[in-house]
Amino acid sequence: MNNFDWFLQGLSEAATPMNLLYAVIGVLLGTAVGVLPGIGPAMTVALLLPVTYNVSPSAAFIMFAGIFYGGMYGGSTTSILLNTPGESSSVITAIEGNKMAKAGRAAQALATAAIGSFVAGAIGTVLLATFAPPISRFAVTLGAPSYLAIMVFALVAVTAVLGASKLRGAISLFLGLAIGCVGIDFLTGQPRATFGLPQLSDGIDIVVIAVAIFAVGEALWVAAHLRRRPAEIIPVGRPWMGREDWKRSWKPWLRGTAYGFPFGALPAGGAELPTFLSYITEKRLSKHKEEFGKGAIEGVAGPEAANNASAAGTLVPMLSLGLPTNATAAVMLTAFVSYGIQPGPTLFEKEPLLIWTLIASLFIGNFLLLVLNLPLAPLWARLLRTPRPYLYAGILFFAALGALAVNVQPLDLALLLVFGLLGLMMRRFGLPVLPLIIGVILGPRIERQLRQSLQLGGGEWTSLFTEPVAIITYVLMAILLLMPLVLKLMHRSEETLLIVEDDKDQKEKAEA
Amino acid sequence: MIVIGYSADPYGRAALEHGIAEAKLRQTTLLVINATSGESYADPRFAQSGEVHDVEEHLASCGVEFELTQPVGVDTADELLTAMDRPDAALLVIGIRHRSPVGKLLLGSVSQQLLLECPKPVLAVKPA
Repeated sequence: MNNFDWFLQGLSEAATPMNLLYAVIGVLLGTAVGVLPGIGPAMTVALLLPVTYNVSPSAAFIMFAGIFYGGMYGGSTTSILLNTPGESSSVITAIEGNKMAKAGRAAQALATAAIGSFVAGAIGTVLLATFAPPISRFAVTLGAPSYLAIMVFALVAVTAVLGASKLRGAISLFLGLAIGCVGIDFLTGQPRATFGLPQLSDGIDIVVIAVAIFAVGEALWVAAHLRRRPAEIIPVGRPWMGREDWKRSWKPWLRGTAYGFPFGALPAGGAELPTFLSYITEKRLSKHKEEFGKGAIEGVAGPEAANNASAAGTLVPMLSLGLPTNATAAVMLTAFVSYGIQPGPTLFEKEPLLIWTLIASLFIGNFLLLVLNLPLAPLWARLLRTPRPYLYAGILFFAALGALAVNVQPLDLALLLVFGLLGLMMRRFGLPVLPLIIGVILGPRIERQLRQSLQLGGGEWTSLFTEPVAIITYVLMAILLLMPLVLKLMHRSEETLLIVEDDKDQKEKAEA
Repeated sequence: MIVIGYSADPYGRAALEHGIAEAKLRQTTLLVINATSGESYADPRFAQSGEVHDVEEHLASCGVEFELTQPVGVDTADELLTAMDRPDAALLVIGIRHRSPVGKLLLGSVSQQLLLECPKPVLAVKPA
């Protein structure tokens, strides 16, 4: 069967009434958690991991896919109406979106974000379906040294490129790698960092860590700042766009998609950079430059499309290589493991129906989101009135339930609390959570590949550099790490460029 | 002094109007309290900066001496009852609304608590 046949097969699997119901639940839940600041799709999928015990894999992944895309939609609603970006990827949307809303064009801002997300999501999913299978076919031919290099590249990229501080990213990464070390060493059978507890010899379950860091950590953090002055929310009716808005939006949508997808598909991932680049581009190309900073529709349409396209892009390394590059993908990967499915290049060969059902459900979820989100926007805004104590009591309940359900082992509850406190401390000191989770997931796999390569090579370090793909990856990694330094030395870092641009703007304004 | 329990909706505005009328009649001062628990991300009854400005202008134009406070992170009923404990507080004005029994059960009723627990007269008004 070729890929298109598989896709049709997946579509028919995803379109059964039961699976459609899971898709609806997923997108509704995803939008709801996207709207609420602090609760994201990663936390939601982590809390829902226990459903993998009695729901079929395809139904669970259909729901997770809905949550993944729904979170993006919801985040844009919050950033436009509240000027509080729900996620780091909606920061740019908040700039112009909130200005538009304040100027009385909230309906148009929401509409261009929703429709732009739909367009970008649809194109992104097509690209995903096109590129993931060949990449996976290529990846199967790679040996342990290449695979090791690619995984190390993903770790370095997530740690050093995303986020503001490399040091903080590294601290978080090494915490994650240390947690991943706990358990019996798979080669020699010696217990490592188990503190004499036999329950720890299987390692700490990733579900417990994900739930603790995302849910318990966030709940404790919110509890520490419970009472705050309510944000000023802008009332909104049903989103709609006029002819002029369509005309000004469609090009930014496509350009945003073009930025977002490749950045998402690289193991370096992240939506911050493409949304930022899209904003700059739209600002430069726009015929309405004077509107930027006061609520230009292009400044919402482009970044929002980039955001969603990059979300679709992050599924490429996840499905074709088993490499997660964002938090939600990382947690979804643990769901694969809990079904006993080995994530990696062989996924397309071994579980074609599941993967193609997942891809088909992305199309369905994306369409459902557009249909639901346009009429329901006022309802989503009302969700922001939920008192936080009720919300987080529910989250803590499901977190405890989920952690206990993994092995029905009381020790897991203690671990949940310990890692929850770690999550609180990380938020307190501004450590990013993503490197930790990626470290926990990839750490043991990297170790396995490293020791396999070394064993095959008779313990010679040079055996790690025998494959061309591995060498190219290490070179790219070196460039990635050294580039900021070189740029700084050449006094042409991105920031200075921006300042120069701002200066130009100021001068032009002064002259005008 | 007359205390007004204000909320940014028709009920709060009704309380404000009746409170102003009463203050003119009694030749006394006004304390307008617009409190929020601060527990949710958005509280539509908590007046936003633009509306606060309008209310202040309106009060000033009525020629009554007034004070407007917006305490955050407090229980609305407790805040009003504390204000009514002051010796010079003579009357509490609140706007009341229809509530379903289920809503009362889940969220409680600030007006009911005030009507029952306030030691001084309470004027409960409805928007026209």
